[in-house]
Amino acid sequence: MEPSDAELITAVLRGDSASFEPLIRKYQSRVFATARRYARRESEVEDIVQEIFLKAYQKLGSFRGEAPFEHWLMRLAVRTCYDFLRGHQRNRESAFTDLTEPESNWLEQFVVQPDSAPEDASAARQLVERILVQLSPAARMVITLLEIEGRSVKEIAVLTGWSVPLVKVRAFRARAEMRKVLKNIAKEKYL
Amino acid sequence: MGRQARLNERLMDWNQLQSKLIAAARKNPPSDHVPYAFEKRIMSHLAAMTPQNAWALWGGPLWRAALSCLAITLLCGAWAFASDRRADSSNSFSQDFESAVYAPPSQHAEDVW
Repeated sequence: MEPSDAELITAVLRGDSASFEPLIRKYQSRVFATARRYARRESEVEDIVQEIFLKAYQKLGSFRGEAPFEHWLMRLAVRTCYDFLRGHQRNRESAFTDLTEPESNWLEQFVVQPDSAPEDASAARQLVERILVQLSPAARMVITLLEIEGRSVKEIAVLTGWSVPLVKVRAFRARAEMRKVLKNIAKEKYL
Repeated sequence: MGRQARLNERLMDWNQLQSKLIAAARKNPPSDHVPYAFEKRIMSHLAAMTPQNAWALWGGPLWRAALSCLAITLLCGAWAFASDRRADSSNSFSQDFESAVYAPPSQHAEDVW
């Protein structure tokens, strides 16, 4: 029988650092999926995940065990991803280049017949990525958690450490920011 | 209505475009693939980190304590040196003053006696 999270954490806190390995194995796929929402390059993703687990190890003493370890770890993951976005926000303006041909075609298809533009097309996925990259760190975080992952405002407040009213304000601003980016892209293409 | 104008008018439906793109993002969740033996990489970092941490734990405060002790020693030394010099100069002044005030009467007294 495999030891529980609580048992593994107790062992780590007693000085048995090897007990941290099963915890990494158990949660690393979720942490990787989270990190890939905010970083594009695989080397950046690996660095973020590494930082999350190193922080988790260092801060394990602050885990009180009131909530599942996974929730605590995901809070740490989201906050580390936010720090990453803030650290790399200078790059977001320069990341913008002209639309690729498939992206252009998808947008054109949407303009002519909105319902026929497929949501599962890779061009749409690339276009979303292009837009998200240009958002401010807070806007990107809120759009990802609220709109893409479908989390509630309360959940986001817990994950990010922001207050509920702040999440609502940032969500409102994020939608406006996203629309502005969309308009800029469309203007460049059609006007 | 020209094609360009029609395109622009249709483009005004930003809500639909926005929700379409968000739906596209929802349909394509990021991969949860983990590189081979990634947990080993973390564990080797942890192993390398632990002794460093013990040094860092003591090294930082010890350096700070050593620097503040050095600063206090220098300040005390400077203060002692300055006060010593002031004491020396005030001593010689008082002696000079005393000899200046009492020298003539004593000399005069010696002459009288």
